[in-house]
Amino acid sequence: MTTAVGGRAALRMDRPDEQGRFGDYGGMFAPETLMPALQRLATDFADAWADSGFVAHFHDLLEKYTGRPTPLHAADHLSEETGTRVLLKREDLAHTGAHKINNAIGQAILATRTGKTRLIAETGAGQHGVATATAAAYTGLECVVYMGEKDIERQSLNVQRMRMLGADVVPVSAGAATLKDAVNEAMRDWVRTVETTHYIIGSAVGPHPFPWMVREFQRIIGDESIRQLEGESVDVVVACVGGGSNAIGMFYPFAGRDGVDLVGVEAAGHGIRTGRHGASIGAGSPGILHGARTYMLQDDEGQVLEAHSISAGLDYPGVGPEHAYFADTGLARYVSITDEEALGGVDLLSRTEGIIPALESAHAIAWVAKDAARLAGKTVLVNLSGRGDKDMDMIAAKAGIG
Amino acid sequence: MSRRGLDDLFARVRAEGRTAFLPFMTAGLPSPDRTVECFEAMADAGADAFEVGIPYSDPMMDGPTIQVASARAIEQGMTLKGGFDVLRRVVEATGKPSLAMSYANPVFRLGPDEFSRRAADAGAAGLIIADLPLEEAAPVAEACDRSGIGLVLFAAPTTQDERLERIAARAPVFIYGVAELGVTGERDEQSDHPRTLAARIRAITRVPLVMGVGISTPVQAEALAPYVDGIIVGSALVRRALQSPRPITDIAEATRSLVDALSE
Repeated sequence: MTTAVGGRAALRMDRPDEQGRFGDYGGMFAPETLMPALQRLATDFADAWADSGFVAHFHDLLEKYTGRPTPLHAADHLSEETGTRVLLKREDLAHTGAHKINNAIGQAILATRTGKTRLIAETGAGQHGVATATAAAYTGLECVVYMGEKDIERQSLNVQRMRMLGADVVPVSAGAATLKDAVNEAMRDWVRTVETTHYIIGSAVGPHPFPWMVREFQRIIGDESIRQLEGESVDVVVACVGGGSNAIGMFYPFAGRDGVDLVGVEAAGHGIRTGRHGASIGAGSPGILHGARTYMLQDDEGQVLEAHSISAGLDYPGVGPEHAYFADTGLARYVSITDEEALGGVDLLSRTEGIIPALESAHAIAWVAKDAARLAGKTVLVNLSGRGDKDMDMIAAKAGIG
Repeated sequence: MSRRGLDDLFARVRAEGRTAFLPFMTAGLPSPDRTVECFEAMADAGADAFEVGIPYSDPMMDGPTIQVASARAIEQGMTLKGGFDVLRRVVEATGKPSLAMSYANPVFRLGPDEFSRRAADAGAAGLIIADLPLEEAAPVAEACDRSGIGLVLFAAPTTQDERLERIAARAPVFIYGVAELGVTGERDEQSDHPRTLAARIRAITRVPLVMGVGISTPVQAEALAPYVDGIIVGSALVRRALQSPRPITDIAEATRSLVDALSE
């Protein structure tokens, strides 16, 4: 489980330290009103996760309700096109169309176990909102989803799905009216309703214990992939990174394995040099966002900068603290892909494999295509975190089709 | 002014058997050129100390009124440096102990030492950092000690007694009692939370107790006055700064009626 970094061995952390940190990152920068609930949640989650009954219930739901295991698909046509052997972890085939359901189901049954009656969530692309609305409908809990007005416009299909599932979708107009602002609003709701409500954060972000808990519910992606590989080795594991839940779920089980290169793909938006991007690790600096110390986009006085990405799910000026730890220790490396390159990724996967990926996941595909020369002859495992139905209007408008 | 300014204030109000009034205003409101005048008007109306809000892009603990105020102040060019400058001019003009209110990210962006040194240089008596709980407070508390200013710690209706004891043991310049669940903003009703919390804090410590969040009217302030050393009102004043055609007159009037309610 070690990897050499500057002569020192870096270890992945099974769980964050007493202060909820992964190395220098993480922690609990939250209003006092929430602190007792966060500490209680850390204990409740630890208890549940150590309870074989709870874990069995979680895995049973993943299997029979969300359709796991998701396939590991050898993308032969894409492999031919890129000259590298590409394996796709098909999270897009999970119920509701993305990996988000793993975490939503896990947290929803934890909320039920701890006696909460109401679920709230933020959503960017709408995938986490749909997953939470689904888990709420299944568990019979009330559900409110906060979503930026800009994202409501660009992901209208998912808004309709959430409403169909009985969730109340609340538009957020503050700031850039995107994911960051939706997180702020969900936090504000939670400060008011913490006694009855559980906040299902959708990514591996937020104050402790969320980054750890979300990673544990998502690590099924990497654990399952390792089983499905049946001993075959992979050279590179690739996933897109906004807040980074699909990536940490895929990376964690592989982290520190000899010879495996973990690559997180951030959104370069219009290009890193334009300043209009979502590359918190690639072009940000350490700061405190949404309750955790992590890499983020900010100015010299610590004001949070607006991110940009064509993909609502990557349009976020921070990243999960465990990714910040992975980046500093060299457990993973982080690259970026522009809006235009991501659109190319959608096109490429659609044509070669007959799979329309979400714009988020298309960043990972596009990186493989872009770096194909260096990846020649290698085996590359790509986490295809979601399907692209939600993005059709956007993609059609950009490509001039439809 | 150092932390002493606040220590003296609470010693004095206790000796006089009254409750201090600490209004909050976002630096840069009602407009960049009238913000100091606004604080002076509140001082003239009887305010005892000030909370100068340094506008932050992502005020997680604030409701719509202060969110809009922060965004407007930033749009109109207010910065961290500008906020400290407002604080300096307010202290010079009024002589009242004043606290800078901010969020954790700007503090750690500058570094706790640099941030508290700049606050102290501007004449601040203390810092209020909305998303800095006990567990993360140590580096900032130590930096404040070195700069001779006070750090405020929060206690909420959800805070357990055992935790209250640890908060009190940190000897903050005062405990900011969060009166109501939720973010800052005006509320029509007052719950039982503030009185219950005040009693629980009083049973544990003699550290000064100041309450805010959800207190906006003279009636609400008066109801809590017997239980606390000070009252903070923010959104009700900031709303006037944002909306009133005569903001400074209205803010002064509102301040006067709150001060009157506390001295009854």
